[in-house]
Amino acid sequence: MNSIVCIKQVPDTEIRIEIEDGRVVEERLQYVINPYDEYALEEALRLREKFGEGRVTVLTLGPERAREAIMQALAVGADEAIHLADEAFQGGDAYATAKALAEAIVRLDLEYDIILCGKQGVDHDNAQVGIALAEMLNLPHVSVVTGLEVAADKSKATARREVEEGKEVVETPLPAVITAQKGLNEPRYPTFTGIRAARKKPIHRKTAAELGIDPKVVGAAGAKLEIVSLSSPPERSAGRIIPGSPVEACRELVRLLREEAKVV
Amino acid sequence: MHFELNEEQKLIRKMVRDFAENEVKPIAQEVDREHRFPVETFRKMAKLGFFGLPFPEEYGGMGADSVSYAIALEEISRACGSTAITFIAQTSLAASPIYRFGNEEQKRKYLVPLARGEKIGSFGLTEPEAGSDAGATRTTAVLDGDEWVINGQKIFITNGSIADIVVFTAKTDPARGTHGISSFIVEKGTPGFRPGRDEDKMGLRGSITSELFFEDCRIPKENLLGSEGEGFKQFLITLDAGRIGIGAMALGLAQAAFEAALKYSKEREQFGQPICNFQAVQWMLADMATEIDAARLMVYRAAWLKDQGVHFTKEAAMAKLYASEVAERVCFKAIQIHGGYGYTREYEVERIYRDQRLCTIGEGTSEIQRLVIARVLLGL
Ligand SMILES: Cc1cc2nc3c(=O)[nH]c(=O)nc-3n(C[C@H](O)[C@H](O)[C@H](O)COP(=O)(O)OP(=O)(O)OC[C@H]3O[C@@H](n4cnc5c(N)ncnc54)[C@H](O)[C@@H]3O)c2cc1C
Repeated sequence: MNSIVCIKQVPDTEIRIEIEDGRVVEERLQYVINPYDEYALEEALRLREKFGEGRVTVLTLGPERAREAIMQALAVGADEAIHLADEAFQGGDAYATAKALAEAIVRLDLEYDIILCGKQGVDHDNAQVGIALAEMLNLPHVSVVTGLEVAADKSKATARREVEEGKEVVETPLPAVITAQKGLNEPRYPTFTGIRAARKKPIHRKTAAELGIDPKVVGAAGAKLEIVSLSSPPERSAGRIIPGSPVEACRELVRLLREEAKVV
Repeated sequence: MHFELNEEQKLIRKMVRDFAENEVKPIAQEVDREHRFPVETFRKMAKLGFFGLPFPEEYGGMGADSVSYAIALEEISRACGSTAITFIAQTSLAASPIYRFGNEEQKRKYLVPLARGEKIGSFGLTEPEAGSDAGATRTTAVLDGDEWVINGQKIFITNGSIADIVVFTAKTDPARGTHGISSFIVEKGTPGFRPGRDEDKMGLRGSITSELFFEDCRIPKENLLGSEGEGFKQFLITLDAGRIGIGAMALGLAQAAFEAALKYSKEREQFGQPICNFQAVQWMLADMATEIDAARLMVYRAAWLKDQGVHFTKEAAMAKLYASEVAERVCFKAIQIHGGYGYTREYEVERIYRDQRLCTIGEGTSEIQRLVIARVLLGL
């Protein structure tokens, strides 16, 4: 069972994002693997374990620092990684990113039974790359998946999706693109031997030129959208502590919810 | 000179921090309150390879450097002191002398399961009459045919009553003073060897500290660790490295208390404003951060020196002395910043204050560290 897992490095959600002059101040950020991509990676590892064969290939588009995320993915158990590390790939929108990923997959002639992505990046929250990638590769796509079963002959997969007030179960032929939602699995921690082994695993760094990709169709040049402004959400006003015994405090809370907040 | 962690050290810090925050910290208050050894945490750590961190892969470890090991201990301590001392007893104190001084057979039989965390290990040096003066061991070992016959008592032994494998010291030649001390390995269940009571401690209540008794306990001749008469030298070497561990533990506990105080100072309002607006509080926070930073540099440097294969006795003692005294001051201030709330069990700074208290005592008191440092300075 060969899987490609698309992994993005994103700012740690626990860190406050500062915006200056319409630009995110990157210098003070700390980065992590996009949490939804961790579910995708975990699922790929489980599939490899279940089938007892195959490889998990990590595909990452990002600047130099994204190597840290790649190393983490290798430490958790991925077999190898492809790092699209080139200025030409930078600054794109979801379309341009999907384009670069699709081109890389085709031009490197990667073997895969399934492509797994996170359902969205927690930085820009576009939730588009996986879908666009499927379209560009002419593959079926199941989004926001919380359960996955692959048939023994790897010809098809059954995916579970949470929909408003219910569950949906769909079947798709493979290869397909699956985007992972929280609940799909519980990602493992890397082991120390995994961390040590990561050093010896291959990371193939590729530029647009090396892949024969026209730099005009990827990155900032290939983007269809332009971010014209960026601003922080308004400061939340401070919470309020309602004093008194639990019974009194509850009574007061209900009164406030009713009369001030007007929500009940 | 550069002060950056390498790629592997960063990966280890991230992994241990994630693990500690998700698996260790959430139960830290509970294990303290319930006085419970969290065996489930021990098993999880075993599976991830924590206990083999500094040992080569062929013995079930990872072969990580001392800096990585210090970072791992710091991060675990940041979540829970009890878990950290258990980790230290297993890896720095029980497994490490077997790795350093054991023969191939002993390493296969005892180091591997300890490194993998399949067995719990413990190190018995301290006795009722031999604390700081650890050379005053009264426990005796007498060779009788193919067996050593052990008699004596140990006290304050971390993991003692739950350990499967105990490394301990005993006198083999009482006439030769410290040169008459040797180290041995005893397994749980060996007739004549039994744990006594577990201590009811001020802190680190989620770890076990026990008495151990030997009454005509017979262990095979081959359970001698290294050569006869080397025990004193061996445990001095073991404690040199172990001190980096206690330094890292103090550092992690101080860091946790500092972070809690920083957060609280922004949330707590008095006189119509957050208390972090008051310069008196700011100065406490600034001092805490500064001292922690200095302690961290000292602990990492001692570990780095060890990795370079050069003398680090003085630097390890300094790091342990300084970091443990910083932890005391930082926790004192953390409680001060919390006011009355910090004095209650509701807030973790109360536990951290009690947990860190061991750090100026275990593996050599602050006074003994100063003695070690002065001896190096004076060439004694
Ligand atoms: C929670 C816990 C876990 C422990 N775990 C272990 C373990 O796993 N294995 C193990 O072997 N031991 C362990 N110990 C024992 C620990 O190492 C000893 O408590 C420590 O070495 C001090 O010995 P003592 O308690 O006998 O104090 P003492 O040696 O009696 O010291 C009392 C006081 O006298 C001072 N003092 C003593 N000698 C001198 C001197 N020459 N100059 C100046 N001052 C001096 C000391 O600094 C101290 O202030 C543990 C202890 C605790 C509390």
